[in-house]
Amino acid sequence: MFEFCADPSILPDWQWFACYLTSGTHLAFYRSFLVVILLLLVVAPLALGMGMLGALAIRAHFLPLNMVGRGYVNLVRGVPDIVFFLFVPIALGQGIEWVLHQINCPDWDQPIRQGNDWLVCREAKMPPVGASAWARNVYAFSMAVVAFAFVFGAFVANTLHGAMQAVPQTQVETAEAYGMTHAQAFRRIVLPQMWVYALPGLSNIWQILIKATPLLFLLGIQDAVYWARELGGAKTSLYTYPHPDWRVWYFLVLLCFYLFLTWGSEKGFGWLTLRMSRGQATAEGERQRRRRAAA
Amino acid sequence: MRTCAESFAGYFLRPLGRDYGERLLPRGLEITFCDQAFLIAGGLLWNIYFAGLAILFGFFLATGVALAKFSENPWLNRPAAGFVFVFRGSPLFIQFFFFYSAFVLLPRVGVEIPLGFTTLTLHTSALTTAQVGALFVLILNTTAYSAELFYGALRAIPKGDLEAADAYGMTGFSRFRRIIWPNMLRLAWPSYTNEVIFLTHSTTLVFLSAFPARQQSGEAFYYARYFVDQTFNPFVAYPLVGFYFILLTLAIIGASGLVNIHLNRHLPRPQRARIRFRPQYLR
Repeated sequence: MFEFCADPSILPDWQWFACYLTSGTHLAFYRSFLVVILLLLVVAPLALGMGMLGALAIRAHFLPLNMVGRGYVNLVRGVPDIVFFLFVPIALGQGIEWVLHQINCPDWDQPIRQGNDWLVCREAKMPPVGASAWARNVYAFSMAVVAFAFVFGAFVANTLHGAMQAVPQTQVETAEAYGMTHAQAFRRIVLPQMWVYALPGLSNIWQILIKATPLLFLLGIQDAVYWARELGGAKTSLYTYPHPDWRVWYFLVLLCFYLFLTWGSEKGFGWLTLRMSRGQATAEGERQRRRRAAA
Repeated sequence: MRTCAESFAGYFLRPLGRDYGERLLPRGLEITFCDQAFLIAGGLLWNIYFAGLAILFGFFLATGVALAKFSENPWLNRPAAGFVFVFRGSPLFIQFFFFYSAFVLLPRVGVEIPLGFTTLTLHTSALTTAQVGALFVLILNTTAYSAELFYGALRAIPKGDLEAADAYGMTGFSRFRRIIWPNMLRLAWPSYTNEVIFLTHSTTLVFLSAFPARQQSGEAFYYARYFVDQTFNPFVAYPLVGFYFILLTLAIIGASGLVNIHLNRHLPRPQRARIRFRPQYLR
């Protein structure tokens, strides 16, 4: 990075640290924080979508759909989320390979599961044989995204269902008295008003989601935890930058990063709650209306 | 092939250590369904150990921290609020890593604290084991979360109850023990149940982070992961561990429901909050 970094062993302390903290592996470490943020930004809308579908399924009058919705929410709730984080990627990966195998190699006569081996034909391998490292990373990352969306979708479904119930029933009845159909009443009355009730729950789930992101490490993705372990471990004089066991400092940095993230999103949700309350038939909405009327 | 009875004898207590069953875990093609069922079930003993002790210590510590946070003395409420902020704001997984890498830096022989008349030696090597070190982290973590719940409950204690206590001339500890504490517990109980469930679920992270599983004795999910690595078949071990955890969750909800009835016994029936399988996600 800097000119003077050619031979770090003779540098004074501050220059040594300047070189050390800008080495290639450290730049990868800093990029891995962006991976965490990227995961959050991708998972949030997907989980919201899953949650919406789940909440609609719970509300459905059609019994099998209703049971699927309830089963989904309660199953995810009763089992530690880490089980799903590890189960979904591997199960989904095998599922995709199985489907590709059926399509591409219909005349394959051996069983796919032989003892402890999982054997599909060459064309059915995912990611494909010879795929670049970049493609493999994207594949692993999208598997993680699906797993997170599955788990957090269930949490969101429960919150959204509660929020839909919280919209005053009389308003829905009024809408229907004006001749709106059930779907119209839902779209025009329930949907716009439910968010203010859902927000406290959603903010909570967002915080849980932030705190679940370090588990990416267990899915073999080179995230911040991976790099903290790699970089922090004691380095002998074989390395360019030898140092003793510094893992505790690296994890302290991670701890502060997450504290900042949760603190910041708490502030963000505080602002959003105020914004969402505008024009609502709640105490906060009423207070804002009075203040505007007085001004 | 082992029979189920052999699996039970060989593996059910194996999670406690090598001396309590077969020396080696089943490997490769010799893994039977019963092996998986019993070894994972035996692993639950550690989940119950971690969760049970963490809840026990955390409960009393959390009461103290909540009172400190609620107090009007800034020397008490600032540190308490800071403690709660740090442990609620950061992931448990990172806390495990952080504390483990801090514990390994402690001198192996122990830390000597001179007290003037005598020297106290703290044996720190135990802290690098999961059974002590991870339990320590779990206690701090659940203390922070429960303290926040108790703090919320303290703020919601009905004014009338406090006035009644004053009218009876209750002060100090008797006012706390008879009025404040039961009310706090009653109000916090549904969300505290939720915290207990979450904590029980997070005990699965203990051996996935930095803490080593000595002699391959780990908790239920450690074994489930081991079996999936061995058989490359996620459709047996993971559903099994999921099933066990659902049973454990239901047991917690049942026990907590009984406590809840006891805590609310003075209230008319419709006012009692019920403990249900669909609690709020307060974590």
